[in-house]
Amino acid sequence: MNTATIDTARGTSENGILYPSKVMLDLSKLKKVYPTPKGDYVVLEDLDLQIMKEEFVTIIGHSGCGKTTMLSMIAGLNPISGGNIAVLGNPVKGPGPDRGVIFQSPSLMPWMTALQNVLLGVNQVFSHATKAQRKDIAKYYLHKVGLDGAFNKKASELSQGMQQRVGIARAFAIKPKVLLLDEPFGMLDSLTRGELQDILIEIWNKEKITAVMITHDVDEAIFLADRVVMMTSGPRAKIGDILNIDFQRPRTRKSVLDHPDYYTYRKHLIDFLEH
Amino acid sequence: MEQEIILKKDRQPFSFVKPLVAKLTPKFNRGDLLGSLKKTGITVISILLFIGLWHWGAKALYDVEADYKIEKALTERGAEAAAAERACIASGDSSCQPNTLPSPSQVWASLQSLIADHKIIKADKAAFVEKMAATNAKLTAKGKDPIVYTGRASFIDIVFTSIRTVFAGFLLALLIAVPIGIIIGLSAPLRSAFNWFIQVFKPVSPVVWYLLVFMIVKTLYIGDSTDNAFVISFISVGLCAMWATLVNTAMGVSSVDKDYINVAKVLKLGTFQKVFKVILPSSLPLIFTGLRITLSVAWMVLIAIELLAQSQGLGLFVWEEFQNGANDSNSKIIVAMFVIGIIGFLLDRFMLTVQNMVSFNKNEAV
Repeated sequence: MNTATIDTARGTSENGILYPSKVMLDLSKLKKVYPTPKGDYVVLEDLDLQIMKEEFVTIIGHSGCGKTTMLSMIAGLNPISGGNIAVLGNPVKGPGPDRGVIFQSPSLMPWMTALQNVLLGVNQVFSHATKAQRKDIAKYYLHKVGLDGAFNKKASELSQGMQQRVGIARAFAIKPKVLLLDEPFGMLDSLTRGELQDILIEIWNKEKITAVMITHDVDEAIFLADRVVMMTSGPRAKIGDILNIDFQRPRTRKSVLDHPDYYTYRKHLIDFLEH
Repeated sequence: MEQEIILKKDRQPFSFVKPLVAKLTPKFNRGDLLGSLKKTGITVISILLFIGLWHWGAKALYDVEADYKIEKALTERGAEAAAAERACIASGDSSCQPNTLPSPSQVWASLQSLIADHKIIKADKAAFVEKMAATNAKLTAKGKDPIVYTGRASFIDIVFTSIRTVFAGFLLALLIAVPIGIIIGLSAPLRSAFNWFIQVFKPVSPVVWYLLVFMIVKTLYIGDSTDNAFVISFISVGLCAMWATLVNTAMGVSSVDKDYINVAKVLKLGTFQKVFKVILPSSLPLIFTGLRITLSVAWMVLIAIELLAQSQGLGLFVWEEFQNGANDSNSKIIVAMFVIGIIGFLLDRFMLTVQNMVSFNKNEAV
């Protein structure tokens, strides 16, 4: 079991001193402008954010504030209007498998089986591996998300929750440097959501892939994150506040809920959102 | 509500068989059995009603035509001739029967006579082949063409010629429209380049397509006239019918769910992988919808084109019977009409089955 704590995972961003080698994802002076007939609409402006290696960051903010825009810019699916995004110092130029994405809707190919969906990415990234090895990788991650019996089920036959499990397996299986999660559990009922949070964090504890996740759920934000980034409402949205979550990892839901700081964190986030 | 029922029914191929099957297999669910009995019952009743209306309408038309004939005899040739005409019509003599919409029983009789005729021709053909076997063997030994049967075609032969023409045309449409559709679906500039072409040629009538194909084939392909007619008709059918597939394929390929495209982008799939693993499978349902429309259009334009091309199919059969004007010509035309309708219906059901097979829920092949 990985017992690394958040203190080693995180840089000392509070003091403004950064260890460059520890920065995985660097957003600087990021800007996004959508031209409209009535003039330019500035979604994001002067957005600075550094995310460390092996850090789990959740981003919270009101609907329409530009969270998803920011995430898709990191993914390379949406062009940058100004500023920079760099992964390990290399500027982002378009999408690539070093940044895995878990979309809000599972976005599985419905005509493929669960295994084929995961293999689609694995074949691409591990093209040097043998067919059997690639299959083993895909199966391993499907096993990790608890889909042992559903390898050969068509994606369209799976429930929404199971589809998102495949989505998680697909993202982890390509071993990205950064994992981008765009409200992956937003469409699920609360029971399924809890299950998937547990699965996500269990795999994450093992793989420690730097993760950026958008969420609307305050409890989810606290439970999963090392840092919760609060974004101001748009237009011209930027980082409003950052909250460090100093819980030990691995965490359990109960230990988090029982922790005396939990309600302080929660109040902090809700105060920000209601402000 | 009614709309919904029709739509539901439409999604299930051979749904009309189900009630029959349900009737034949013992079922213990009373509600189900009653439901399917009711469904079959309604179909049977509507068919009977249709035949009844037809019978009644044909009889009314027959009476009108008969009265007119008697009236005409009266004014032109006097009372005696009118009485003779009336007696002749009443006796059922074929020489003076009113020529109008045939009744269901006449059509049924024509169908049986066509089938009987087919048996005679088949026997003739077999006899001919047997008779010529020795001669043909000698001819082939000498390196000459064997003598083949050139008697008239039976109704069944004619139906098969039509089906063959439609399938050849459909295949041609598929081979042209699907690849072009994929290519223009993938590229927006090509789509604009082709757009005027599609918009201009799509509404062109089958007759004009026939003439165009005739001009070209006549110059390029010099076979005997039967072959020529077949080639011209299947090419015309294909060109008329391919547009639905072309437009649907282009639309399916160009409107793939953005999520799938994003996944392909994130995984950095190559063009080949992207097209064959993501874009094509996701547009298959639309492509098959297009193919289904193409097949039904092909069957519809076939009749007109066969007529023009003098191809030995149902179109020519209908036209020749009309020109022929024999006593049973009208009922033979109605027989052909039903055969055309039923085959068209079966072709559509077949395509619907295939279409359902490739829809995502049941798709087996990737």
